Amino acid sequence: MDSKSPLENLHSIEPAISSSSRRSNFSIQSKASGGNSIREVNFSDLGSKPVRYGSRGADSETYSMSQKEINDEDARLVYINDSEKTNERFEFAGNSIRTGKYSILTFLPRNLFEQFHRVAYVYFLVIAILNQLPQLAVFGRGASIMPLAFVLLITAVKDAYEDYRRHRSDKIENNRLASVLVNDQFQQKKWKNIQVGEVIKIHANETIPCDMALLSTSDPTGVAYVQTINLDGESNLKTRYAKQETLLKIPEKEKVTGLIKCEKPNRNIYGFQANMEIDGKRLSLGPSNIILRGCELKNTAWVVGVAVYAGRETKAMLNSSGAPSKRSRLESQMNLEIIFLSLFLIALCTVVSVCAAVWLRHHRDELDYLPFYRRKDFSDPDEDEKDYNYYGWGMEIFFTFLMAVIVFQIMIPISLYISMELVRVGQAYFMIRDTEMYDESSNSRFQCRALNINEDLGQIKYVFSDKTGTLTENKMEFQCASIWGVDYSGGKVTSQEQHDGYFVQEDGKVLRPKMKVKTDPELLQFARRGKETKESSHVHDFFLALAACNTIVPLIVETSDPTVKLIDYQGESPDEQALVYAAAAYGFMLIERTSGHIVIDIQGERQRFNVLGMHEFDSDRKRMSVILGFPDKSVKIFVKGADTSMFSVIDRSYNMNVLRTTEAHLYSYSSLGLRTLVVGMRELSTSEFEEWHSAFEAASTALMGRAALLRKVASNIENNLYVLGASAIEDKLQRGVPEAIESLRTAGIKVWVLTGDKQETAISIGYSSKLLTSKMTQIIINSNSKDSCRKSLEDAIIMSKKLTTISGATNSTGGTSGVDLTPVALIIDGTSLVYILDSELEEMLFQLACNCSVVLCCRVAPLQKAGIVALVKNRTSDMTLAIGDGANDVSMIQMADVGVGISGQEGRQAVMASDFAMGQFRFLVPLLLVHGHWNYQRMGYMILYNFYRNAVFVLVLFWYVLFTCFTLTTAINEWSSVLYSVIYTSVPTIVVGILDKDLSRRMLLNYPQLYGAGQRQECYNRRLFWITMIDTLWQSAVVFFIPLLAYWGSTIDAPSIGDLWTLAVVILVNLHLAMDVIRWNWITHAAIWGSIIATCICIIVIDALPSLVGYWAIFEIAKTGLFWLCLLAIIVAALIPRFVVKVLYQLYTPCDVQIAREAEKFPSQMTSGAVELEMNAILDPPRR
Amino acid sequence: MSPNTPSSSAGGAGSADSAAPRRNSKRPKYSKFTQQELPACKPILTPRWVISAFMLVSIVFIPIGVVSLFASRDVVEIIDRYETACIPDNFKNDKLAYIQSPGDKSCNRTITVKKLMKQPIYVYYQLDNFYQNHRRYVKSRSDSQLKDPSSENDVSSCKPEDVTQNGTSIVPCGLIAWSLFNDTYDFSLNNQQLPVNKKGISWKSDRDSKFGRDVFPKNFQNGTLRGGKLLDPTVPLSEQEDLIVWMRTAALPTFRKLYGKIERDLQPNEVIHVTLQNNYNTYSFNGKKKLVLSTTSWLGGKNDFLGIAYLTVGGLCFFLALSFTVVYLVKPSSEHIT
Repeated sequence: MDSKSPLENLHSIEPAISSSSRRSNFSIQSKASGGNSIREVNFSDLGSKPVRYGSRGADSETYSMSQKEINDEDARLVYINDSEKTNERFEFAGNSIRTGKYSILTFLPRNLFEQFHRVAYVYFLVIAILNQLPQLAVFGRGASIMPLAFVLLITAVKDAYEDYRRHRSDKIENNRLASVLVNDQFQQKKWKNIQVGEVIKIHANETIPCDMALLSTSDPTGVAYVQTINLDGESNLKTRYAKQETLLKIPEKEKVTGLIKCEKPNRNIYGFQANMEIDGKRLSLGPSNIILRGCELKNTAWVVGVAVYAGRETKAMLNSSGAPSKRSRLESQMNLEIIFLSLFLIALCTVVSVCAAVWLRHHRDELDYLPFYRRKDFSDPDEDEKDYNYYGWGMEIFFTFLMAVIVFQIMIPISLYISMELVRVGQAYFMIRDTEMYDESSNSRFQCRALNINEDLGQIKYVFSDKTGTLTENKMEFQCASIWGVDYSGGKVTSQEQHDGYFVQEDGKVLRPKMKVKTDPELLQFARRGKETKESSHVHDFFLALAACNTIVPLIVETSDPTVKLIDYQGESPDEQALVYAAAAYGFMLIERTSGHIVIDIQGERQRFNVLGMHEFDSDRKRMSVILGFPDKSVKIFVKGADTSMFSVIDRSYNMNVLRTTEAHLYSYSSLGLRTLVVGMRELSTSEFEEWHSAFEAASTALMGRAALLRKVASNIENNLYVLGASAIEDKLQRGVPEAIESLRTAGIKVWVLTGDKQETAISIGYSSKLLTSKMTQIIINSNSKDSCRKSLEDAIIMSKKLTTISGATNSTGGTSGVDLTPVALIIDGTSLVYILDSELEEMLFQLACNCSVVLCCRVAPLQKAGIVALVKNRTSDMTLAIGDGANDVSMIQMADVGVGISGQEGRQAVMASDFAMGQFRFLVPLLLVHGHWNYQRMGYMILYNFYRNAVFVLVLFWYVLFTCFTLTTAINEWSSVLYSVIYTSVPTIVVGILDKDLSRRMLLNYPQLYGAGQRQECYNRRLFWITMIDTLWQSAVVFFIPLLAYWGSTIDAPSIGDLWTLAVVILVNLHLAMDVIRWNWITHAAIWGSIIATCICIIVIDALPSLVGYWAIFEIAKTGLFWLCLLAIIVAALIPRFVVKVLYQLYTPCDVQIAREAEKFPSQMTSGAVELEMNAILDPPRR
Repeated sequence: MSPNTPSSSAGGAGSADSAAPRRNSKRPKYSKFTQQELPACKPILTPRWVISAFMLVSIVFIPIGVVSLFASRDVVEIIDRYETACIPDNFKNDKLAYIQSPGDKSCNRTITVKKLMKQPIYVYYQLDNFYQNHRRYVKSRSDSQLKDPSSENDVSSCKPEDVTQNGTSIVPCGLIAWSLFNDTYDFSLNNQQLPVNKKGISWKSDRDSKFGRDVFPKNFQNGTLRGGKLLDPTVPLSEQEDLIVWMRTAALPTFRKLYGKIERDLQPNEVIHVTLQNNYNTYSFNGKKKLVLSTTSWLGGKNDFLGIAYLTVGGLCFFLALSFTVVYLVKPSSEHIT
């Protein structure tokens, strides 16, 4: 993490406007987010500030760049409707796209080039090349190249097929039609022929072919609505605007000419910078003036625009990049062990070459005549006897060393990397296909975006969770309101069954809101009464504010019943949607919104209000306001916003009582876990309005610093408000969240919740999600300075220590229940974190947090979330997982070891940045406890097994070398040594790696503490590695020496004994695997026995080739009893030590998994309590 | 209604469109395979199971061990080491000079039969310290040349014994053939010639498929340095059984090669006189030469190792089974397992 990232830039998030603020608040400047990227972050650009598309006034954007001119060098010049001139100087990309990587000509070289990016393949290649040198030719040409060629071919075929599919979809895409202005007429043109500068007309529901700057739309005010679901996954409509100046131009009739100077193509889908010169005027264009490729035009009859970016330069194409790549913990550990293996390989080679050196030295006088060496070439007596194929003592040793490397090459289990990839693909397949992780409501399966870290899921120690949208559904529901100091939250369930909610009649048709809202009957009475009493007039104003003060666009949707139409409120903020639906339910139905006016149906009476001005939400002010001109010519400003920001602009002298009671209500609402918003209003005098109006006009036409000016104008008018009341919205917990958190905690995973909500809301959600319990002692840290932070941290540490030791004592003495948590919960807010993160206090916070079983961070900014993850990640070796759904979680997701995205209401940015994506928080339980556990166990075992499998073979070769004058002769046929890791032994380990299950899903879910196996690294650790290696040594010795001694001084020939060794090794390693398989299903059977049979067939085929030395050897040796007795003795003797150790271990120090397996197998004999008792206590202080 | 109405209904239709594909549920199809719930057997190492496994191994291994040991003991084997004994006393200090000197190197040995040897009695020569598996050596042959007369010139792998001085190919080429063993043995019992059958001492598969019927030795042992036996150029390679046996290179540095078979029983205390030609040079590398007469059992030659190994493993398993039983009865530490 970039520790210097300016936290000052980050504004803690207001809970009330959370959803909208979450995105808007993500105001990390591009620079900061650039520094923030730790890995190859594809999405860092997305972190920059998104725009809200509200009124025309706010379309300017806030980049510091907008202040200055776009440099000519940095700009692209687009001449409107003059694509020739536009394209004459620079070759802008055409609109045809090519997502295919290769063409027929470039396929071979490029594909090979890409494949050789892998270290494994390079290793293969180097060994194969070494082998081609005549002095080193250990294997025949074919045998040495074949495995590499095989793997390359398979990968190439796969790549070619994928590329073919991409080409095909490109072709379809490129041949779609759009109407383009040619010779003052709109004509159909294929997408691929569209060029930058051309004017294009898009009709409703058409897809936009390239990035276009809007010129005009069917709407008289220049509004267009687009759906960006293909781009960022958000299904709501976004508003875009054509510039007033171009709005009235009709390209068919008058030639539109002009120049757009815009920035170079970039992947920031929320940013756009341009100037347009038209009719001698200069306009500035922002992100709300362009529509992007891939979006669909909705709710707008047509738009006309000019293409500014085409083809691969469009933002959609620039953003289509793959998943992030991470490396799993297990793999990094494994790489360390591979270094050991390399050292071991070097040691073997050194031993061989040293022995060879000694032998050569010792026999140096005999070499010339030795019948099996014959250094001298006597064939030509005329010449002096020259050495044949002998390059001197030193060189011979050097060659011996290199040959040893070639012969022992598979000591480094390169095939393991390929097997691991296959296994991960298989595991991912099962995770994706798991019906338990399918989300009905969003119709989404589990997604595996990163294929490298499946096994990390089994070792998670910390889960960092976002709250809104992750723990909760992010479906806001209006719950209650406090209006003018009166709390309306009583008996609302009574009558909602009888009536269908509010509706209006229109041309004999019924118009009703799409979503029903529970209403409070008392409040409904007041709302119906209009402005009769003072109370009801406040209620009237309150709901008017809710209906008006927002950026919601109402859409009228037909239903199957022709007399009923539904109003669907489209907007970017779920809170606003909830409020508008609530207003509609109380009889204030928003019917229509254009940029200039809104129509609200108030208790059956349709009223039209002029929208004189709108101040968008922004993260500085944390509120928004709208200025309405009433039919009676009065002008009022309605403001809604987060409580903190509202109370600062409220006229405190006006009505203290209301203010106080409202504050009290706000407090009680948020303690219920509701999200609150405060609504205020004020009537504007004519002079005030005029003053504001001129300031607003000036600001919105300003070319430089428009956003800041607008903000200033807004702040000037939003003051001296009187408070109307407060609304409370419920964000429901997702199904199964409390149970999921319970399970995770039982599994020894620490769950931290990081939320932008305020403290009370966070705590109440904490309670309802069972994160916090009444048993816990809460330590709350809210500090405003570094010193007070330090002090409260110190106090807290002392306190938590006291508490944990006391509870620890009770735990050890009377710990009857395994679930005795250290009941300390830490609650800390974003302001305190500003002082703590990136300072020396971090360490203290970490200590404190370690003592606490729950940590809740409220009002944290996105970068702080990442900072907290980094706090844990950098100080422990424990695995961290971050789960979130919004753009504000992206940095956290990328920072954590495993990032999980929830594909929910808030777009796909979290998903795009994540390693795994799923629909619901509760899927985390099967993901970690079941799949994570399995994946970890399988992968851990597979790595160890592959080390063993290759080493045992290498050692058998090595032992033989000691009996051949250290000359690297192999009795085992060269084809067999090549096929060993390709055919003989590869399939079973992959099958077992994909399919073996140490425990059933039910068991793993019932006893979450079984997850501890992964956290304690039980399946793969240094100790196991060395034990395996010792076992390997024993097994290889048995395999080699039993035949050696049995055949010593007999007529045995090399190929025959080689066949015996081959068969013995293959059967041995397969039976070794069989011994460790936990669940035998038919696939496992087929793989293991099939491999042995395949090996026999291969050996028979190889020995049936008369051109090879070992012709018929297997048939000759298999006729003898000695062969079969050797085989039997080898297998039994080699496996006995492992078997004995395994039995002793399982019977006398069983691990949790073992106990559970027995309980699973013999359910009748164990009560579940006994099982739990025998397992490691949960939250046992981690074994260090 | 506002001018927006038509467009909003269009928008509505649009969203209805987008809703349509949603009905295609992406719910993964349930199958036992995808849910990883294939029927499976889950063996667990219970003490009973473990003890029976050990017992089973010992029950199988101990008898096999006994039988193998008996089989090996039944084999009668006579070994006569002669490489030093066959050097005349005056050459004892310079064996190499003797073996390289021309002239007759015959040598007489007597062998006493200790036990009844039933026919067939195999005659082997055993070489120690001869690395027939040396890399330079095993590669120095041309399998295609041995098989096919048309590949006569395929001698690239045979260096340095590939061609003669005038460039014609040597058949059979290579170091292996060049170093063909050339000691010969003549046996006589009671002054009667004891016939040694040298037919059928090689693998039939080799005679049929590896060594050609129409390939005849050419230019063999014509070079300055003679390595071993000469071959009759009129006999095809497929009938040169000594060569075929020799060319099946041994796996280990101590090896026997079949010389021939004596097809009659030898009675105890019979004395066999061997007249051998001590031609082969093993003195340059301190190699031993032995003449071996041996019967065979179903297990092959005389080798106690396997019997002992089986008895050891079987005994160990018996011991383990016993100790596990005792431990299980005395201290059943995990009582939940039965």
